[in-house]
Amino acid sequence: MTDTTSLKVTPSKPSLLFRIWDHELCYSFRNSPLTVAAAVVTLLLILAAVFAGVIAPHNPYDLASIDLMDSELPPVWVEDGDPRFLLGTDNLGRDIYSTILYGMRISLLVGFASVVFSAVIGISAGLVAGYVGGKVDAVIMRIADIQLSFPTILIALLIDGIMRGILDREQHDAMIIPVLVLSIGISNWVQYARTVRGSTLVERNKEYVQAARIIGLHPILIMIKHVLPNVMGPVLVIATLGLAFAILTEATLSFLGVGMPPTEPSLGTLIQIGNDFLFSGVWWIAIFPGMTLAILVLAVNLLGDWLRDALNPKLR
Amino acid sequence: MVAFILRRLAQSILVMLVVSLVAFFMFQFLGDPVNQMVGIDTPEAEREALRERLGLNDPLIIRFGKFVVNAAQLEFGLSYQHKSPVTDLLLERLPATIELSVVSAIIAFALALPAGVYTGLYRNRWSSKAMLTLSLVGISVPTFLIGILFIYLFAVVLGWLPSYGRGDVVTLPGGWTTGLLTVSGLKAIVLPALTLGLFTLTLIMRLIRAEMLEVLRTDYIKFARARGLTNRAVNFGHALKNTMVPVITVTGLLLGNLIAFAIITESVFQWPGMGRLFLQSIQEVDLPVMSAYLVMISFLFVVLNLIVDILYYVVDPRLRVEGHGGGH
Amino acid sequence: MSKHLLEVRNLRIDFPTRKGILTAIDDVSFHIDEGEVLGVVGESGAGKSLTGAAIIGLLEPPGRISGGEIVMNGRRIDNLEYEEMRKIRGREIGAIFQDPLTSLNPLYTVGRQLTETIMTHTDMTPTKARERAIELLTEVGIPAPETRVDQYPHQFSGGMRQRVVIALALCVNPKLVVADEPTTALDVSIQAQIIALLKKLCREHGTAVMLVTHDMGVIAETADRVAVMYAGRIAEIGPVRQVVKQAKHPYTEGLMGSIPMIGHTDEKLRQIEGSMPRLTSIPTGCAFNQRCPKAFDRCFKERPDTIAVDGTEVACWLYDKEAAHV
Repeated sequence: MTDTTSLKVTPSKPSLLFRIWDHELCYSFRNSPLTVAAAVVTLLLILAAVFAGVIAPHNPYDLASIDLMDSELPPVWVEDGDPRFLLGTDNLGRDIYSTILYGMRISLLVGFASVVFSAVIGISAGLVAGYVGGKVDAVIMRIADIQLSFPTILIALLIDGIMRGILDREQHDAMIIPVLVLSIGISNWVQYARTVRGSTLVERNKEYVQAARIIGLHPILIMIKHVLPNVMGPVLVIATLGLAFAILTEATLSFLGVGMPPTEPSLGTLIQIGNDFLFSGVWWIAIFPGMTLAILVLAVNLLGDWLRDALNPKLR
Repeated sequence: MVAFILRRLAQSILVMLVVSLVAFFMFQFLGDPVNQMVGIDTPEAEREALRERLGLNDPLIIRFGKFVVNAAQLEFGLSYQHKSPVTDLLLERLPATIELSVVSAIIAFALALPAGVYTGLYRNRWSSKAMLTLSLVGISVPTFLIGILFIYLFAVVLGWLPSYGRGDVVTLPGGWTTGLLTVSGLKAIVLPALTLGLFTLTLIMRLIRAEMLEVLRTDYIKFARARGLTNRAVNFGHALKNTMVPVITVTGLLLGNLIAFAIITESVFQWPGMGRLFLQSIQEVDLPVMSAYLVMISFLFVVLNLIVDILYYVVDPRLRVEGHGGGH
Repeated sequence: MSKHLLEVRNLRIDFPTRKGILTAIDDVSFHIDEGEVLGVVGESGAGKSLTGAAIIGLLEPPGRISGGEIVMNGRRIDNLEYEEMRKIRGREIGAIFQDPLTSLNPLYTVGRQLTETIMTHTDMTPTKARERAIELLTEVGIPAPETRVDQYPHQFSGGMRQRVVIALALCVNPKLVVADEPTTALDVSIQAQIIALLKKLCREHGTAVMLVTHDMGVIAETADRVAVMYAGRIAEIGPVRQVVKQAKHPYTEGLMGSIPMIGHTDEKLRQIEGSMPRLTSIPTGCAFNQRCPKAFDRCFKERPDTIAVDGTEVACWLYDKEAAHV
């Protein structure tokens, strides 16, 4: 009998870095220039917001440094522009560029915080509903269904309204950021819950979960160890797209006057302020924050879209 | 079929009750209605008497019951801010919001359908990819920003269309005011409707595309092609029909979305609708208006959902007939 | 030799991937004569379904035919324009897929799907087409066809649905039917019925069948000839009795040996060691060389030619000395 051992030499295992680079995900990322651009833009904007304190030439919250005489100056490249204020100033004399940086910081903060909030509520609800089942499941899903039939903006507005009723004006304004996070967070938990619940239901019936229960492992450990890894992909997609949506919602609420006040403006507030001045030709107060907002949300959306397509096994 | 409708009706009533509960609590417990209604100098005794008269000292259940009964008769009390009946305030503005929403919906759907089908069928053409990227812009740029840009471009720079208001309205028998019968009314509705519809248009287009792509990969489409059916029959007879089933139902829900997003659009264009009133009521903490709006809008959504569910039932034969799995 | 109904000559199917070009079907040749049943058997991934897909012209991109030809009735069909091929599909070549549940459009009645196909390929009027549809339902053994014709697929059981699928595939009397695992998704008790039905109808109409399956038992029952595929190549092809009783290729031997037979009580169930190589790692020489108990050094160097032995064709160097090359 001939020796049938393999004649090939096993190559040495490629390094971890190479394996990551070569992974499906990275490949699809590298191959889509749009996505790479989106990621770069998002990263830049986030960094700019985080380091706003360092980068911004002025501090828009420091009332002492603002001079009303400087108000409504155009961007530096237009006649009458002032090199101190690259993108011009608003009606109070604040530097638009700096205010955009600080405003973006708030937008991102509220965005991330509300996504985390939604995710925590949603994932917990989904886990509980899927694992415990029965009445608890029915109740949670019923609440989810009811909430789902209402547009998020409405729910966010409603919760804000309720908070205004509970707190008096001063308290409300002082706590505006947590209130916003709460409003937007509550309005968005359902998608997480549904996805996680579905996954939990699938896993719950598998043998190793049953086995773990018999051994006496705590159900929470079981859930965390087995369900969460499976569900991280879709949750990440929901979170990324949810971030874009949260930023938009915060901007909308601020624009409508129920979000960040003009003293601590987010991008939405700036646009609202600028809206009044558009017709008199003072366009920079609204346009620059508007562009920033649009680019930020677009970039995050692109990332989320790519993530969804990349993680979708069916499309490969 | 009857059982199905009854079940959905029961669900709807449940939802309305829950919503009413929330509205009730908002109304009664956040802030004191009496303090809102009387001056600062009014002595405590009078306030107490007023409370008694308004039934504010009755047990909770009775108050809730009265609230529900009143709500069913569209009786929501007086607005804190405007001092006039809430119901009147809302009903006055109802036609404006409904007209805006409906016109937006029609525009959105009429444009989204061909776009979605095209990008679904011909997903690799660069024109499809361009449309898709453009649609991404549609859902990334916030509605209010689009509105502002539209106003700036068409009203301020070009001066073609008005930048606010509803134009001249005609009052029809029954009290409905419409802006669609006058030239200025038609001009006035263009920009708001486009603004409001853009987001929905993008959503529907992407939805149709996604569904279409899913459907085109099914076995029954493969089998249809294997039987030599024409491209037209496969794409439009089979694929499109199967795509539309889930799309129609989601579209129905999106109509509800429109009514909510109208809040923003009405704000930007100073459109005299219910949304704008609601927004003001939040800023002014005008609780009767807030809770009334909540109840009325919920009712609208519940009805919409019901219609959509029934539509689903009618369109998909699998839900309809209790299948007879005959022999082999 | 009379002209064959279908001839596949040196067919090659490639998949361009980012890791390079993957050859899924590598130089496959066979023929099917009128009215005969050719079984195509092999493990999952051997390429049976791909071959079927290529024949009906529905190879999914990025897969593409990169070599060889497919000839039907003397006419090349692998390089036709989509519209030309469409006319052949259904009319001359029918297809049956594995899962009857997903093969039928749930939103259309069974009758509608039948009449649509009939009217696409013939010029029957709607009324005549409907009559024909009811006739067909009777032929495939569906009771009360006049009522059933207006029912939806979900109202039929699995076996009934597959009967409808068969009716759809045969409704305009194609010369050849490519049946891809037609019974795999059905209950065992119904499998026999469906196979019997297929066999009967094809005999009656003189339709040839390319029956793709991994179930050797079905082949033994139904086929006239059988082709054994392995890793995108044909290992052995010949009359069914011969291939089953006197397998020549070691792989076929292994396949036959692994079928549990009633009456053999003593042996353990025989298995072939190892598993079929993945497309990315097909060894040089014979694709089966790593699992073959009879492999010798030529098997690792050169891919075996197809050699004719006693009316069967085998791709194995073991037979090189005996017979002339084909």
